[in-house]
Amino acid sequence: MSTALDSSILSLITFVPLAGGILLLLFPRRDRDIRVFALVVTLLDFVLSLHLPVHLARVQAGFQFEINRPWISNPNIHYHMGVDGISAWLVVLTTFLTPLCVVISWKSIHDRVKEFFILLLVMETALIGVFTALDLFLFYFFWEATLIPMALLIGMYGHGRKVYAAIKFFLYTMIASMFMLAGILWLYAKTGTFDFVSVQTAIRSGQVEGFVTAAPWIFLGFFIAFAVKVPLFPFHTWLPDAHVEAPTAGSVLLAGVLLKMGTYGMLRFSLGLFPDQSRSNASWIMVLALIGIIYGALVAMVQPNLKKLIAYSSISHLGFVVLGIFSFTPAGLDGATFVMLAHGVSTGALFMLAGILYERRHTYEIADFGGLATPMPVYATFFLFITLASVGLPLLNGFIGEFLVLSGAFRARALYGVLGATGVIWSACYLLWMYQRVFFGKVTHSVNQSLPDLDGRERAALWPAAIVTLVMGVAPLIWLNAIDPAVQSALTPFTLLAKKAVGR
Amino acid sequence: MRLLPEIVLTVFGMIVMVLDAAEERRIEKTLGTVALIGALSALAATFVQAQYPGFAFWNMVQVDSFSVFFHFLVAAVAVVVILTSFEYMAVQQIRAGEYYALILFGAVGMSLMSSAVELVLIFIALEISSIATYVLAGFRRRSATSSESSVKYFLLGSFATAFFLYGVALMFGATGSTSIATIGEVLRSGQIPLLAYAGVALMFVGLGFKVAAAPFHVWTPDVYEGAPSPVVGFMSTAPKAGVFAVLLRIMFEAHAPGRVGLIWVVAALSMTIGNLGALVQDNVKRLLAYSSIAHAGYLLVAFAALPNNGIPAAMFYTASYAAMNVGAFAVVSHFGGDGERYVTLDDYSGLGRRSPLLAAMLTILLLSLIGIPITGGFFAKFYVFSAALQANLVGLVIIGVLNSAVGAYYYLRIIVVMYMREPQQEVPVARIPAGLGFALAVSLVATIYLGVLPGRVLEYASRTATAWGH
Repeated sequence: MSTALDSSILSLITFVPLAGGILLLLFPRRDRDIRVFALVVTLLDFVLSLHLPVHLARVQAGFQFEINRPWISNPNIHYHMGVDGISAWLVVLTTFLTPLCVVISWKSIHDRVKEFFILLLVMETALIGVFTALDLFLFYFFWEATLIPMALLIGMYGHGRKVYAAIKFFLYTMIASMFMLAGILWLYAKTGTFDFVSVQTAIRSGQVEGFVTAAPWIFLGFFIAFAVKVPLFPFHTWLPDAHVEAPTAGSVLLAGVLLKMGTYGMLRFSLGLFPDQSRSNASWIMVLALIGIIYGALVAMVQPNLKKLIAYSSISHLGFVVLGIFSFTPAGLDGATFVMLAHGVSTGALFMLAGILYERRHTYEIADFGGLATPMPVYATFFLFITLASVGLPLLNGFIGEFLVLSGAFRARALYGVLGATGVIWSACYLLWMYQRVFFGKVTHSVNQSLPDLDGRERAALWPAAIVTLVMGVAPLIWLNAIDPAVQSALTPFTLLAKKAVGR
Repeated sequence: MRLLPEIVLTVFGMIVMVLDAAEERRIEKTLGTVALIGALSALAATFVQAQYPGFAFWNMVQVDSFSVFFHFLVAAVAVVVILTSFEYMAVQQIRAGEYYALILFGAVGMSLMSSAVELVLIFIALEISSIATYVLAGFRRRSATSSESSVKYFLLGSFATAFFLYGVALMFGATGSTSIATIGEVLRSGQIPLLAYAGVALMFVGLGFKVAAAPFHVWTPDVYEGAPSPVVGFMSTAPKAGVFAVLLRIMFEAHAPGRVGLIWVVAALSMTIGNLGALVQDNVKRLLAYSSIAHAGYLLVAFAALPNNGIPAAMFYTASYAAMNVGAFAVVSHFGGDGERYVTLDDYSGLGRRSPLLAAMLTILLLSLIGIPITGGFFAKFYVFSAALQANLVGLVIIGVLNSAVGAYYYLRIIVVMYMREPQQEVPVARIPAGLGFALAVSLVATIYLGVLPGRVLEYASRTATAWGH
C-alpha cells in the first residue's frame, strides 16, 4: 500500500469529476460522446473511491487518508481533507449513485446535454468535498458549491414550476447556511484556525474565550443550516417542490446524497464541536425528528403524486437519522449512518423507477396508472423489491438501520422509541398502498396497456442498486464495522459526560 | 522614473490624437491598437516604477507600494476596456478617434490620484480623470440618453469637485498646509480645529460623489444607463479605484477627524439604497449601477475599520471589484448589440442556450458579485467585514451581511433568466471576437485568482499599512 496514493487519494476522488467537467467543456456537441465520457469519468471515480473502504483501518478511530497543506495564510485556511468510517462510506455512496444518474439520464436529457453532464460532474465534486473536507472553510465552500449546480439542474432540466422550485431551494438553503458561516467565522475569530481538529481540541480543552456564552447561538447557527438541508420538520417545505420539478438525476442526487449533507453535518459538527449544547437541545430536536417521521409519513399517504410521495417518505426516513444521532447511543449513531446509506441507495432507486415511468407517460400522478404489473413485469418486480427495502423488510437494507436507530432511541427514552416505531408501520402503509394502486388490478388506462418494459440500459441502472440493497441487508457488518469505530470516537465526549454524571 | 506610467500614458494618448488627425481614412483598429500598446506599456512601466520608491515632482508625488498597486490596477482596467471597445466601436459605428486617447488621458488622472500626496495635485488629477469620463459618457452621439448621461454627469460632477475644492481650502485654513503628510502631523499633534471637520466633510462630499456613495449616488443609474457599456465598465472601476486611493490617504494618512461616524452612515446608506434599488430594476445596466452603489458601501465599511487591516481590506476589495465589474460590463457591451438595444432582463432570457460561453462567464462574475467562495468577491467581503468586526463595528457588519443576502437575490435573477427562461424574442448573439474574449479571460482569471489565492495580493496591500506607520 503506497503512502503517496493514500495522501492524494481524497484529492483525486474529489477533483476527478471536476476535471472531467472541464474536459467536457472542450468537447464538441456530440451528445453520445459526451454521455459516454461522463459515464467513464464517474465510473473511474467510483473505482477510485473503493480504495477508501478497502484500505480503511477498521480499528483506528481518527481520520485517515489525511492531507493537510496550508492554502491561504490570511485567513488561516488549510487544504485539509480526511475521512473516517462514516464519511468514507458517504463518499462511496456519492460515487456509486452518480454513474447510475448518468445512465438514467441517457435518453431523458436530450436538450443541452453538455451542460447537463458538466453540472452533474461539478455537483459530484462538491458533494464529495463536503464529506472529505476537514477545514471548516473548505467545508463551507463545498457546502455552498453544491447549491449552484443543483439549482441549475432543477431550473434548467426540470418540469412544471421548475424556476419557482429552483429559486426556493436556493434561497432557503443559502440563507440558512449564512447562519452557519457566522458561526464558523466566530470560531475562527476566537481560535485563529478553521481546522476542524484544532478547533475541536481548543473547545474540548476549554481554551476558547467566551465559548460558554456564545456556544448556544453558534450551535443553533450550525443546526439551522443542517436542519434545512435534512430537512427537519418545520424547514422541509422546499423539498417536495424541488423533488417534483427536478429531473430524475437531480432527484436521485438530492435525496440520495444532498440530504445526507445535513445529517452528516449534525453528526460531525454539531456533535463534534458542541457536545454539551447537543445534549441540552436533544429533547426538542428529537421531538422535531419524531414529528418529521410521523408527519412525513401521513402526508406521504395522501399524496396523489408518485414523486411527492417519495419526497415525503424521505422526510420521514431522514427523521429516523436525526432521531438516531441525537439519542447519543452507539446503536443509534450506527443506525443513523446506516439509514443514510440505505436510504441513499433505495430512495435513489425509487426516484429512478419513478423517472422511468415518467419517460414513458410524462406524468407522476398515481391515478394515471394501475395494473402496470401486466405490461411491465420486470419493472414491477424491481419496484416491489425496492419498495420492500424502503418499508424495512428484514434481510433488505432498510431494516438494519431503522432497527438500530429504534433500539438507540428506546435506550434514550422509551416513548421516543415507541413513537418512532410507528413510523415503520406508516411507511408500510403508504408504500404498499401506492404499490397496489400503481401495479395491481386491471389496467385502467388503455395507454398503459402497451407500455414497454425495461430496456437494457434501465436494467443496467437498476441492477447495481438492487444488488447493493440486498447485500446491505444480508451482510451489514461490511459497513458497520467501519462505521462503528468512527461512531465510538464521535461519542467519546458523551461517554465522558455520562461517567462524570455517574461519578458525582 | 517615478512618473513613468503617467508619462507613457500621456505620450501614447497624444500619439493617438495626432494619428487621428493625420490619417485621411481613419482606421479605428490602428488607433485602438496604439492605445492598447500604450496601456500595456503603462502596465509594464508600473513594474519599473516600483523599483524607485520615494518622492518626485517637488514632493507632490509619492511612489510606494500603495500607489504602485493602484497604478497597476488602473492600467490593467484600461487594457481590458480598450480590448472590449474594439468590437463595441465597430458595432455601434462610432468614429473612435479621441475615444481611445480619452481613455488613456483619464487613466493618467486616475493613476496620478493614487500617488499624489498634495491636495491641490489631487484636485488636478481628479479633474483630469473626471473630464475624460464626462466626455466618454456622451460618446453614443446618436443616442439621447447618452447625451443626457454626459450632461448630467458633467453638471453634477463639477458641482461635486467644487465641494472638494472648498474642503481643500478649509483644510488649508485649519492646518496651514495642503500636503497630506503635514496635515496628518498637525491633526495628530494638537487639538483638532473645528474647521478640519468641515474640511473633511466637504472633501468627502466631492469624493463620495465620484464613487457613487449614497446619498451622493442619484446620478449613477441614469449615467450608467446612457453611457456606452465599455465606458461604464471603465468608469465604475478605474476612477473609483483612484478616488478610493485618495480617500484612503485622506482618511488614514492625513488622520481625518470624524472618520468613523461619517463613514458608518454613508456605508450603511449606500449598501441599503444600492441593494434595495437594484431589486426592482429590469435594465441590466441600471441594475449593475445600483449594485455598484451597494459595492461602494461595502468598500467604505473598510474605511471605518482600523488602519492596519482596513487599508488592505479596502485595497483588496477595490481590486476584486474592478476585476469582476469590468468583466460584467464587457459581457453587457458585447450582448447589447447595435445601439445597445438588448439591455433588459427579458433580452437576457435564454442566453444560456444561445450563447453558453458568454452566459457561463457572466454567471461566474455574478457569483463573485454575490460573494460566493472561490471568487474574489467572497474574500473581498470577508476581509472588509472581519476588519470591521475587529474595530467592533458589529452593527455595520450586520447591516452589511443582511445586504449581501438581499444582493444575492437580484444577481440570481439574471442567472435565472439566462438559464431557466425561454427567449421572448429573437435576440441575435454575435460571435465573441478575440479582443473581447481576451478581455473576459483576463477579468475571469483575476476574479478566480483573487478567490483561490488571495494571500499574495493581500500581503502586498498590507505593506501600505505598515509603511504608513500605524
